[in-house]
Amino acid sequence: MPVPTEDVFRIEDLRIRAGKKELLKGISLSLRRNEILSAIGPSGSGKTTFLRCLNRLTDLEEGLTIEGRVLFKGKNIFDPETDAIELRRKVGMVFAVPMPLPMSIRDNLMLPLRLQSNSLEEDADGRIETCLRAAFLWDEVKDRLSLAATSLSGGQQQRLCLARSLMVRPDVLLLDEPCSGLDPISTAKIEEALQGLKKVMSVVLVTNNVKQASRTSDRTAFLLMGELVELGETGQIFTNPRDSRTGDYVSGRFG
Amino acid sequence: MNRRWIDLISRAFTALTGLACATLVLAVAMILGHVAYHGWAGLSWKFLTTAPRNGMTEGGIFPAIFGTVFLVVLMTVAVVPLGVSTAIYLREYAHADSRWVQAVRMAIQNLAGVPAIVFGLFGLGFFIEFVGKGIDAAFFGGKLYFGQPAILWAALTLALLTLPTVVVSTEEALRVVPRGHREVAYSLGATRWQMVRRVVLPQAVDGILTGTILAVSRGVGEVAPILFTGAAFYLPFLPTRLNQQFMVMNYHVYVLATQSPDIDATLPLLYSTVLVLLLLTLTLNSAAIVIRSRLRRRMKGSK
Repeated sequence: MPVPTEDVFRIEDLRIRAGKKELLKGISLSLRRNEILSAIGPSGSGKTTFLRCLNRLTDLEEGLTIEGRVLFKGKNIFDPETDAIELRRKVGMVFAVPMPLPMSIRDNLMLPLRLQSNSLEEDADGRIETCLRAAFLWDEVKDRLSLAATSLSGGQQQRLCLARSLMVRPDVLLLDEPCSGLDPISTAKIEEALQGLKKVMSVVLVTNNVKQASRTSDRTAFLLMGELVELGETGQIFTNPRDSRTGDYVSGRFG
Repeated sequence: MNRRWIDLISRAFTALTGLACATLVLAVAMILGHVAYHGWAGLSWKFLTTAPRNGMTEGGIFPAIFGTVFLVVLMTVAVVPLGVSTAIYLREYAHADSRWVQAVRMAIQNLAGVPAIVFGLFGLGFFIEFVGKGIDAAFFGGKLYFGQPAILWAALTLALLTLPTVVVSTEEALRVVPRGHREVAYSLGATRWQMVRRVVLPQAVDGILTGTILAVSRGVGEVAPILFTGAAFYLPFLPTRLNQQFMVMNYHVYVLATQSPDIDATLPLLYSTVLVLLLLTLTLNSAAIVIRSRLRRRMKGSK
């Protein structure tokens, strides 16, 4: 058993600049094991940049200057010797727009396994079922796995993307406004799925939906213009915020 | 301007655009109709499977069909890997606005603008005189094997001519693959090559095949590049080795039309040859389209 309080991610004074514009102005926080940490804040507050830092998708963008340290299991992911490919296999991601690839449902789920052909899963079908069940999609697609993934509804597609990111057993799951375009039922299913997933991994949930943060997460971080204004237990953030800006935001007075 | 005028102009414009389309259809129909009308009678199994006889006033066109297919297959084998790799490099690997990429793009654009006859002369000068003679000098003690017009050199010359088509259409196909799909691949732990191979290329197959179809159509049509590099007026045998000359349909059409000792005897043969050439192009195109739609279905999963 892992020690429950051990930090998975430890972020120390993370600063990101794009040219002269500061996207993140020195953020420090930790992600614990088996918790759901949500990041809220108005658009442009740096939530997504922060998230994309954690699996180094920021590598794909040009002109970003990154300072500070992001320790994943004690190792700085921006060290030259850290393998971004290995990191991303441990830190899964679900994007704001459902992104099924134009292939069958099964091929979508097999893709992460095929990318690591050296450790090809023996019981791939079993793994597919496990992940689809965890994403609450199994009953809807179990008889039509060879169907085009793009033929699913938007909510189903997003749950497929969730299942796909689980296939290689990540330690951390990053979600970038995963429910922004979804109907309430799909949203509920994804939130329920996250409650199950946090038993085996840590989750970072970036959301524009303040209520979603209060329903779903253990702790909540409030970001504003690249600054971490406040981080605390979700109950405390929503009922008894220390910073007045946090209170204004969660009560809907701005943002 | 009052309402009636606007209506009138609008209607006139609709009619004009429709007329433009009709002209196009009519032109194609006239060409096909004329050729089919005059050429149909001469089509027979014998015409397709025998060689020309009696100064090309009798017999069939089998060597020319064989040569054309052989040539186009060789050309495709050469141009597709080269063109696709170039496009992948430009789009997926190179720094988008580096000097080097700009130079490559400029080269491709210029290549597309070079007249076909210049390719022919280039093929003669580079492939035959330089590469071919060089191979002969290096491996065959100066004996003449590759330093002469041959199907290999003709195919490579055509490949150069059609290279821009393949590069541009492949690049276009790679460009429309959504950025999000690439990010998904990376987020699942793909290397750049895995991302290209498993996510981008399967979606680009369509465009690559479209480019190949265009290249093949163009390759079947061009005479000038193969004139100096391997096409033969008449050959009593079929090419079986890469360093032999070959007969080819479009050049054969030219020969029949201009070099015949007896025009009246040749004319029916000429019509039939043109008809077969058109049908052959059509068949090659349809084959590629069938392959493309199969791939498309297989990739997307059943609907």
